[in-house]
Amino acid sequence: MSHRLDGKGRLIDRSKKLRFTFNGKAMTGYAGDTLASALLGSGQSVMGRSFKYHRPRGVVASGVEEPNALMNLGEGGRFEPNQRATTTPLFDGLTATSQNHWPSLEFDIGAVNDLAARFLPAGFYYKTFMFPRFAWKHLFEPFIRQSAGLGQVPKEPDADRYEHVYHHTDVLVIGGGVAGLAAARAAAAGGAKVMVLEQTAHWGGRAPVDGGQIDGLDPETWVNNAVQELETAENVTLRLGTMGAGVYDHGYVLGYERVADATPGDDRPRHRLWRIRAKQIVTATGAIERPLSFPGNDVPGVMLASAVRDYVVNWGVAPGRRTVIVTNNDDAYLTALALKEAKLEVPAIIDVRATLVGPLADRARKAGIKLMHGKAVVGVKGKKQVTGVMVADLDGKSTPDAIECDAVAMSGGWSPVVHLWSHCGGKLNWDDAEAMFKPDPARPPLGADGQGFVLTAGNASGAMGLAEALADGHEAGRQAAKAAGGTLTRKAAPKAPETERQPLKQVWIMPTSAGPDKRMKMWLDYQNDVKVSDVQLAAREGYASVEHTKRYTTLGMATDQGKLSNINGLAVLSDALGQAIPQTGTTTFRPPYTPISMGAIAGEARGELFQPIRRTPMHSAHDAAGAVWEPVGHWRRPFCFARTGETDMEAVNREIVNTRDNVGMLDASTLGKILVTGPDAGKFLDMLYTNVMSSLPVGKCRYGLMCTENGFVTDDGVVARIGEQTWLCHTTTGGADRIHGHMEDWLQCEWWDWKVYTANLTEQYAQVAVAGPKARKVLEALGGMDVSKEAMPFMTWADGTLAGIPARVYRISFTGELSYEIAVPANRGAELWAKVAEAGAAHGIQPYGTEAMHIMRAEKGFVMIGDETDGTVIPQDLNMGWIISKKKTDYLGKRAQERSHMASPDRWRLVGLETLDGSVIPDGAYAVGEGFNANGQRNMIGRVTSTYYSPTIRKGIAMGLIQHGPDRMGEVVDFATLDGTGTVIKAKIVETCFYDKEGAKADV
Amino acid sequence: MSDAVSVLNGAAFDGFAQVSDTGPRGMITLRGAPEVLAKMAKALGLAVPETLGLTSKGDLSLAWMSPDEAMVLCDYADAPGLAEKVQGAVKGDHALVAVVSDARAVFRVKGDKADQVLRKLTPAPLDGFAPGQVRRTRLAQVAGAFWMTDAQTFEIMCFRSQAQYVFDLLSNAARPGSELDL
Repeated sequence: MSHRLDGKGRLIDRSKKLRFTFNGKAMTGYAGDTLASALLGSGQSVMGRSFKYHRPRGVVASGVEEPNALMNLGEGGRFEPNQRATTTPLFDGLTATSQNHWPSLEFDIGAVNDLAARFLPAGFYYKTFMFPRFAWKHLFEPFIRQSAGLGQVPKEPDADRYEHVYHHTDVLVIGGGVAGLAAARAAAAGGAKVMVLEQTAHWGGRAPVDGGQIDGLDPETWVNNAVQELETAENVTLRLGTMGAGVYDHGYVLGYERVADATPGDDRPRHRLWRIRAKQIVTATGAIERPLSFPGNDVPGVMLASAVRDYVVNWGVAPGRRTVIVTNNDDAYLTALALKEAKLEVPAIIDVRATLVGPLADRARKAGIKLMHGKAVVGVKGKKQVTGVMVADLDGKSTPDAIECDAVAMSGGWSPVVHLWSHCGGKLNWDDAEAMFKPDPARPPLGADGQGFVLTAGNASGAMGLAEALADGHEAGRQAAKAAGGTLTRKAAPKAPETERQPLKQVWIMPTSAGPDKRMKMWLDYQNDVKVSDVQLAAREGYASVEHTKRYTTLGMATDQGKLSNINGLAVLSDALGQAIPQTGTTTFRPPYTPISMGAIAGEARGELFQPIRRTPMHSAHDAAGAVWEPVGHWRRPFCFARTGETDMEAVNREIVNTRDNVGMLDASTLGKILVTGPDAGKFLDMLYTNVMSSLPVGKCRYGLMCTENGFVTDDGVVARIGEQTWLCHTTTGGADRIHGHMEDWLQCEWWDWKVYTANLTEQYAQVAVAGPKARKVLEALGGMDVSKEAMPFMTWADGTLAGIPARVYRISFTGELSYEIAVPANRGAELWAKVAEAGAAHGIQPYGTEAMHIMRAEKGFVMIGDETDGTVIPQDLNMGWIISKKKTDYLGKRAQERSHMASPDRWRLVGLETLDGSVIPDGAYAVGEGFNANGQRNMIGRVTSTYYSPTIRKGIAMGLIQHGPDRMGEVVDFATLDGTGTVIKAKIVETCFYDKEGAKADV
Repeated sequence: MSDAVSVLNGAAFDGFAQVSDTGPRGMITLRGAPEVLAKMAKALGLAVPETLGLTSKGDLSLAWMSPDEAMVLCDYADAPGLAEKVQGAVKGDHALVAVVSDARAVFRVKGDKADQVLRKLTPAPLDGFAPGQVRRTRLAQVAGAFWMTDAQTFEIMCFRSQAQYVFDLLSNAARPGSELDL
């Protein structure tokens, strides 16, 4: 039974007791505890149920690699599932619940899956897709969804805040163990700017637990000294609690800082995402111990030997009172010795190796521990807690003996953490003596210059002894500084006495001759419940690729991404395929190293900051006037100004009728305004627009259409000639930035010798359209400019002062009415809006929104970019041949429009549509023709592009692209309804202009 | 309501650094070849800024924007007059001079940790950044630019339509408790 030890625990503060609850039960721990150490210290060894078979599971590890002890943490807005107890710092008031069981952790009905295990083999999930066909939907899917899965989905919005931070450094060291610290010291001494990230709350990694001597000091003292030295160095930034999550191209690294996990509600950002650019990256990420695959290796109480040692030394917690050690290498002996020193029983060390020699074996013998050589654990007794192990010869053929115990510490060797090395393509070599994949320094991830930008240090390089790890770390730091533009320090590497390590023995299943019944109980992937038998079955079923086997068996696909299971699994697969391990290879290592929170990824982008909203200078006034907002790109524009008791469409219709009868005002500030100037500006605009702009006299305005190189309409708007060499091009709201970019693209890349400058002045001006038969009266009331027909005819502009505000007034019309657009400096936009409203009050002025604008232009048959055009429409389709200059030798799109399909008479072309019954054709409706196509769909002969109820004409009007449309005036075509009834709406093909065909109203 | 007002009209936030709207600012976009930009700078009595540089004299500054573009920063009321003066100095040259004082907003972030506010929002490196330099960059999701007026003060410029977003961004980044402890 796990329990707290007296006096031990280098990371806990026994004077600070912390209260927490687990499944509602009150427990206590100490400051410095993790949730896992506090649970073990409280005697709680079962911490969850497994994913598939719902077997009781206890904690296996002490760090990020933990597969079993996953918790639902917190409540309400701070609820978060799948949190590892081993990396969760304990705090007062923490609430945790275990996952994946019903009704309770102790009694879980889902455990019947365990009894049915033989019917749930590898690939069970995929097999259910195949046979019988009906079963997936009605039987398997509901069952699997009910029984599988880990934590619950949070139901409330996240209560916390998050942020990003950018950082630039010469050398980034990931991992603050002794190798990382040695690397950081060497890099800093070489003059580099250094940052060190450590994922835990403590510096030094495993060294203070595993012991030894560094520069004549105990590791903890050496670590403290090294950290102090680095802290005082100007060029070093240290960051605890920050994990290197991923390494990306160009030395880009994401660091995941857990700022306030242990202090919920303190108003600090909970997590911070570091977006780091490093010239060189040193991964000093250590190594992870591997489990051994023996039957019952998942019973609570079976743990990694290194984790057992960590709990004893770091947190003063013993996983058991009698702990059996089972190992294939020297390291587990350290655990035996640590347990002995804590006055705990170690009945035996079961070692697969035939001869047990060397200093560690001697020390164990001297400590009075029984060493059993050439042996294996062939069974574990107990269900919710280990009660003993069965021990036999390694091949399992001898009669097993029982040893009573309440914990098992296992060690199957170590795997360097190569993830960050591998994220960007660093390659690995198999080291058969150490049974590990380790980085191949000759094949690093390559940067833009073709040189490596990642180095490894210490255990992460495969340098497993303390002396080797320190030397390797120091050298990595030196080289990183040099590669980042610093120098190679001559400072000596920290030294540790050489230690003699006996070779390990590769044993991938235990006992080696285990039959099917035993292999079904050897867990490889605890979190996804994948066993040795599953991987072997996959191999028998033909899965030869490790990537396929991974997906078929789900080995390594859980939230821990196979940190414990990866190497064991592919060793078993290699054996089943009869090939060497390097031939099988590893699966791909992908970021993040361990899951990072969605909040950290989102950063500050939530709530008001989720997306930048663009506001015109009159935004507040519109808001106060009850604007119904519509997103237009990032802008918000008033869709309409609904009055109390009015529906939106009633408001739109009122706005239109009032504009046509009296006068309306529109905030047109979002329209793009691009200044184009220079000796070649006219020539340039003649290339951009389909019509001629160079001939436009100063003071006049002309509508223009712009196409892409491929001939398709891309934008339109009114161009005003401002001076001899200067034009102002109006673009659509959404087109402002795009068209400015388009212009600069052509000027910088193709016509770089043309003398033209552009400037995007969109935001410099607020613009108000005043439209309607009484518009002139309103401008006269504003006063300051002669706006008569004689002084300012249709399609001209003039500068002046209107109501005391410097203004440029354009006589252009998008409504078909007498219309002025008034542009003033944006800082006076709100003032102008108010003054227009005031001056117009006597004339019945009302503001109108985008929908009224859309309908009024449709009544006039004016096209709208994005409605009548969709990137596949050419001007000829819109019957706008009149705007295509015949005189010009070239313009963007001209060549493309001459291609056979563009010139085809069969293209769909724009017409007006009037429904026979006055109804409104649904948006997006297709015109259907005779017969069916090869897919059994009705043949289509056109589609609606704009469709509205026209309050002016008092019936449904539309525009659409119809095959041979203009040649079919007066014909009736069928538009399919969208309600699934198969009925059609009949509409007559008419001209596109429904209102004031002569254009007399605008030109008064 | 008869004078020009900046977008956020004096908004301010006190966090671990002080964020404030600086009110209306005069701005003039200049474009021209290096020799033309040199004439314009001379007309203003300023040195031509180096790449990523900013030259100043009193309230008048000239900021590098691109190889053929610079921006005059001045008193709001002075912009039209200065624009005319500059235009006059390059008569006959191929150049663009446009008053753009109303197109943008300028905020100030002040304090010994003012840089940390910027570090959360811009990918531009800030080590070694000092008065006399300018960066055109990204602030979270929008375009922006910044320079320093003294060792503890940044001025941040953005498009006026996004002023509220940028002010909220800066204020959020300056919230107490989120110091970076660098």
